[in-house]
Amino acid sequence: MTESNALTDDELRLLSVRCRQDVLKYISAAGAGHTGGSLSCVDILNVLYNRVLRVSPETFGDPHRDRYVQSKGHSVEALYVVLAHRGFFPIERLETLCQYRSPFIGHPTRKSPGIEMNTGALGHGLPISVGMALGGKRDNAPFRVFTLIGDGELAEGSNWEAAMSAAHYGLDNLTAIIDYNTLQISGRTRDVCSNEPIDEKFASFGWGVVWVDGHDFAGLTAAASAPARSGKPTCVIANTVKGRGVSFMEDVAKWHHGVPAPDEYEGAMRELTAAEQALLEARR
Amino acid sequence: MSAPAPSVYSTEAQAYAVRLGLTMARANLDVFADTLLALARGDRNVVAVTSDSRGSGKLQPFGEALPEQLFEVGIAEQNLVGIAAGLASVGKRAFAVSPACFLTARALEQIKNDVCYSNVPATLVGISAGVSYGALGSTHHSLHDFAALRAIHNITILAPADNYETSEAVKWAAEHDRPVYLRFGKAKMYGLPRSTGGFCPGQAATLREGDEVALIGTGETVVHCLLAAAKLEAESGLSCRVLSMHTVKPLDVEAVLDATRSCRAIVTAEEHSVHGGLGEAVAGVLAQAGGAPLLKIMGLPDEDTVTGSQADIFRHYGISMEGICAAAVGACEGAEAVR
Repeated sequence: MTESNALTDDELRLLSVRCRQDVLKYISAAGAGHTGGSLSCVDILNVLYNRVLRVSPETFGDPHRDRYVQSKGHSVEALYVVLAHRGFFPIERLETLCQYRSPFIGHPTRKSPGIEMNTGALGHGLPISVGMALGGKRDNAPFRVFTLIGDGELAEGSNWEAAMSAAHYGLDNLTAIIDYNTLQISGRTRDVCSNEPIDEKFASFGWGVVWVDGHDFAGLTAAASAPARSGKPTCVIANTVKGRGVSFMEDVAKWHHGVPAPDEYEGAMRELTAAEQALLEARR
Repeated sequence: MSAPAPSVYSTEAQAYAVRLGLTMARANLDVFADTLLALARGDRNVVAVTSDSRGSGKLQPFGEALPEQLFEVGIAEQNLVGIAAGLASVGKRAFAVSPACFLTARALEQIKNDVCYSNVPATLVGISAGVSYGALGSTHHSLHDFAALRAIHNITILAPADNYETSEAVKWAAEHDRPVYLRFGKAKMYGLPRSTGGFCPGQAATLREGDEVALIGTGETVVHCLLAAAKLEAESGLSCRVLSMHTVKPLDVEAVLDATRSCRAIVTAEEHSVHGGLGEAVAGVLAQAGGAPLLKIMGLPDEDTVTGSQADIFRHYGISMEGICAAAVGACEGAEAVR
């Protein structure tokens, strides 16, 4: 198994800005996609795929590879872009995003390179991940399982069925990351149907819980690299900003599946290009 | 000691069973549990996942013999199927065992997405199917499962008729890399005679040759078809073909078409709603065949189902030797009238 190439914080910052540009670029070209949630989880995915997960394009078929299941399948555009930058496929293939017969459809499917399970309907990723982690435990296999769940998605009861069983079986090879951007389609999650306090809920279900800044690479890395034998599954609640990186999209619910109009796209790309330039300047 | 459950076979039907040399065998549920345990002893990747169904699924011996290969998830069917899909994706042969009514209704989206759409080799085992839980009412009847799952792409639906088909179905599911739904009841079954060996999903088993009426059953209604064939032949000389359509999907279209070529009537029988099950699957074939024989679909009508024992319900709706005979005669008369 090849270890992933650990990138520095600076390199990850630059990579994430470029991933955000690509998310916007391909969603805009497709005229479809989940912009806000993709921008909120890009940093989490980059930490996972470039620092934590023991999986690479070369080792994707290895039964001992780490598994990542994107329960919040709506943000698949971020996953596609991160996988492409990680070398799973040439990023130009995303030009077919959401087009007729493209493998890169609007929710994860195993037709696209690097995707473990078909998801998109909410509340499915955690039970599947529990099954993967259980199988790994019973075989004393070395792999870990990660799943990314939206905070609004936690309203689906299947998450709590899975949370119970994960603790019951002591699945310390399982990490659930909550993309805690506090927004869903209809508005603030706490106004739609509050699921607070999320941390106490997971803790009372028998999980180890950590809060992190979901845009801080060092914090995310530490949280996702938790000790291998704690006897408990880990819940990482990552404070994120929906629409992160584009000022007029940040923390605005309508960008959940908003597609930028041409002028909005230009404005967003100007901001992201400026951010990229600033990072390059800082390096000199 | 509780009174034995009433037989789903009338006294007359039991007499025909004797004439056919059928003997009462075990419940398909017991055969399933034994077969799965035998397979799991030889392959540690064969695992059972249950939703508090260790007892009702007869998995107690499995759990005692191979505790590392049995996962209990509690009363949580969505989680049951999701976990089975996850296990299957990491190399396990996962059999998710739960009462058919809950498995296929509460976890329908997990079956559709996690198992079928993701294409992982999980077998969903619907126990106590149909009206096995007759007296417990509609919450516990599974009259929708064929209909719901037939509309989902990429799943093989198996409803074995007897102990032989059950053990073969379990072995087949364990050997084949694909989503499977396996469905059976919990009552003891007659063993059925077989002139030709082999169990091939997608290919109906012909239990009796005949060229005037075809009786096509699935699951545990097949024996009623066979008894009806014996009675029809004895009383009116009607030549009856009997098929065990143990695979509801993919349907053996060729066997149905073959029946249309010689028979003037077809009767289907299933422990399921008349909507969306075997009967409508056969109707779909006949409607496209042209010049098809008359079809009578025996099953549970679209109404607030009566409760009582499984035997009471079978008798009430005529999913029995007598009911199938009447349907066959009626269909033949209808066919004559059309001519």
